[in-house]
Amino acid sequence: MTATLIWILVALLAIGLYLSWTAGRLDRLHARIDAARAALDAQLLRRASVAQELATSGVLDPAASIVLYEAAHAARQVEEEQREVAESELSQALRAVFAEAQQVEAVREAPGGEAAAGELTEAVRRVPMARRFHNDAVGAARRLREHRKVRWFRLAGHAPFPMAFEMDDEPPAALADRAV
Amino acid sequence: MRIGIVCPYSWDVPGGVQFHIRDLAEYFIRLGHEVSVLAPADDDTPLPPYVVSAGRAVPVPYNGSVARLNFGFLSAARVRRWLHDGEFDVVHIHEPTSPSLGLLTCWAASGPIVATFHTSNPRSRAMIAAYSILQAALEKISARIAVSEYARRTLVEHLGGDAVVIPNGVDVDFFARAEPKEEWQGDTIGFIGRIDEPRKGLPVLMKALPRILAERPQARLLVAGRGDEEEAVESLPAELRPRVQFLGMVSDEDKARFLRSVDLYVAPNTGGESFGIILVEAMSAGAPVLASDLDAFAQVLDQGAAGELFANEDSDALAEAALRLLGDPERRAELRERGSAHVRRFDWSTVGADILSVYETVTAGAAAVAAAEDERGPGLRSRLGLARD
Repeated sequence: MTATLIWILVALLAIGLYLSWTAGRLDRLHARIDAARAALDAQLLRRASVAQELATSGVLDPAASIVLYEAAHAARQVEEEQREVAESELSQALRAVFAEAQQVEAVREAPGGEAAAGELTEAVRRVPMARRFHNDAVGAARRLREHRKVRWFRLAGHAPFPMAFEMDDEPPAALADRAV
Repeated sequence: MRIGIVCPYSWDVPGGVQFHIRDLAEYFIRLGHEVSVLAPADDDTPLPPYVVSAGRAVPVPYNGSVARLNFGFLSAARVRRWLHDGEFDVVHIHEPTSPSLGLLTCWAASGPIVATFHTSNPRSRAMIAAYSILQAALEKISARIAVSEYARRTLVEHLGGDAVVIPNGVDVDFFARAEPKEEWQGDTIGFIGRIDEPRKGLPVLMKALPRILAERPQARLLVAGRGDEEEAVESLPAELRPRVQFLGMVSDEDKARFLRSVDLYVAPNTGGESFGIILVEAMSAGAPVLASDLDAFAQVLDQGAAGELFANEDSDALAEAALRLLGDPERRAELRERGSAHVRRFDWSTVGADILSVYETVTAGAAAVAAAEDERGPGLRSRLGLARD
């Protein structure tokens, strides 16, 4: 009788440890998503700032300036629900303005343009990177959260179900002169 | 930035991953970052100042061959101490799925972890069995890097999630500046790789050789690499054997001069390649490249624009393409030119900057989180080191 009782206790303890370990795993994943999201925000903001700077610099022709300014401004000011759309539109605007290599050259030749072009190149490269890392973390957390043990024992607590950040982040051809 | 890099394979055994890590570490050190590499090594092997030994790797049967791996209590303790002493801003693990230092580091560390997946092995049975354990460790990785689009695809299929593609780096100028050697020039075909490793494809090339020599008797095949030379030429008629010259293992300098000299570089690999660094090196040295049409090779060669491709394992196709190229100096000059331009994207200046971008992206987010966590207790230091210290 006591033996059975001890075994039951051991089993319960083991289950408890396993669940607590899983909860720790989930917590770590949520922290990773938060970090990835913060990094993504920083990169998106940086990209919009450089775009806006270029739009108001007078290096671009007036039409291109207006298009770029409009898109960059919208990306920075938009509400959270509309963010993915606004950022995608900024990507499209950047692609339209910097479709030709000559336009990038013109920016480089302007005073201080070398630095601005470099910053923009880096920004359009890092946005897809940060987004991929974010969505990778979201995917991992979702896979774990859909598991029975997590749902039955409510291990995720009140943390909102993680959402991927979907947007068009294709960089302009003239700025993405590399393998992939 | 304080960067910790984990190498899963013995530092004293030459290999692609080891060279990649060496070049990467030296690139970062030149930029002024602090780098420490943790690698398996015998305690008496001389190591560069930035490498920390994780103890001797033990040969064990794994995944169909004998692999030299690091695991167990002592290795885990060394990993922990290295993480604790290093206080790294970011830890970069190579080959995190091999049951060696990479996986141990994944277990022991928390904080920003970057991982590079080099090989694109099909999922092994061991990996399926250990899937949930592996998954828990791999979840800690904040950023995954695959060395090619092909490697990324296998990664997505087998482990889920996603990765950014950053190719392996090459010091392009080192190869471009090498001095050609006259005795290796004049209708020469070059091959570099292990002679006794059939996947490197030397047998395919040997089968194609009689046809090439029938039409161009002055042609020569130069082979650089370890292995049994007599066994390699066994399939060849005795009178053709003198047309094959074995150079044995060559130094880095000689390899560059070799690639700079040959009239055609052939890569007949039949499989098991996820990147193809040798093609990049050959193009850097300005050698016209003819390679088998493996996925990874086709991608490095820009789908055939920067070098020619032939149907994998088809020695007739190889002979035909080699003859056409050897007889057409203009086409070779064109390939040289295209290859040299194409290869710039694999230069360390580009690749290193991309990897640094990944580090910065990952640490930017993590720093914010660590600050928020400080109020609740443990900071970044104990997160990266270990809570129990």
